[in-house]
Amino acid sequence: MECIRLAYDVDGENFSSAGNASESVKRTLKQLGVSPASVRRVAIAMYEGEINMVIHAHGGRAEVEIYPDYIDIYLKDHGPGIADIDLAMKAGWSTASENIRSLGFGAGMGLPNMKNYSDEMKVDSTVGVGTTVFLRVRF
Amino acid sequence: MTIREVVKLLDAEILCGEDRLDTEIHTACGSDMMSDVLAYVKDQSVLLTGLLNPQVVRTAEMMDMLCIVFVRGKKPDAAVIELAKEKGIVLLSTDKRLFVACGILYTNGLGG
Repeated sequence: MECIRLAYDVDGENFSSAGNASESVKRTLKQLGVSPASVRRVAIAMYEGEINMVIHAHGGRAEVEIYPDYIDIYLKDHGPGIADIDLAMKAGWSTASENIRSLGFGAGMGLPNMKNYSDEMKVDSTVGVGTTVFLRVRF
Repeated sequence: MTIREVVKLLDAEILCGEDRLDTEIHTACGSDMMSDVLAYVKDQSVLLTGLLNPQVVRTAEMMDMLCIVFVRGKKPDAAVIELAKEKGIVLLSTDKRLFVACGILYTNGLGG
């Protein structure tokens, strides 16, 4: 099926630029005429993923495929991996440092938020190798 | 109420977005935790916070918010103000504390 493909390198060293990829996707979906409610769900889910890649995994790559009725987002990193995915999915559970919390993140809401705002979510992770999060949001 | 009324009620300084002060707003939220803003906020159009980094603007942008009020007399650096200008978000700064600023807006009719 025909789709629009976008790819972004997420810079793990630059907290200030975290969110650039999500903003670009948000802008693209708006231009394509996707409903504002769906655009916001995509933006929040992807932004949480982007923030996670920066604060936990030294950055990574975000790949996006936009179809007429939905969007698929792949967030791939080579970070430390997630030992217990079920635990990481629990609201309020976080391994974030005090430094990250002082920046306003690390409340343990990232993965639960991504699940809430998407229609499908899959987390593949191997400790020491990295994590890939797949998100699908239907419009 | 309009953003102009927020400026008046909180005796706030306008950091950017002077041309958008007549925008109507109906709801607001107050938090220093952006993760919680992303988790719990629905359609609030004003964010009151004591946090100053660029991710405050980005969080507001993702949530389609129109205005950020920095409390406790805080002001972000020029890069944050530039980012807000780019995104069309009004930035205000008030000397009032978060609880007081939220209370004033709530008692004057702004919803949660």
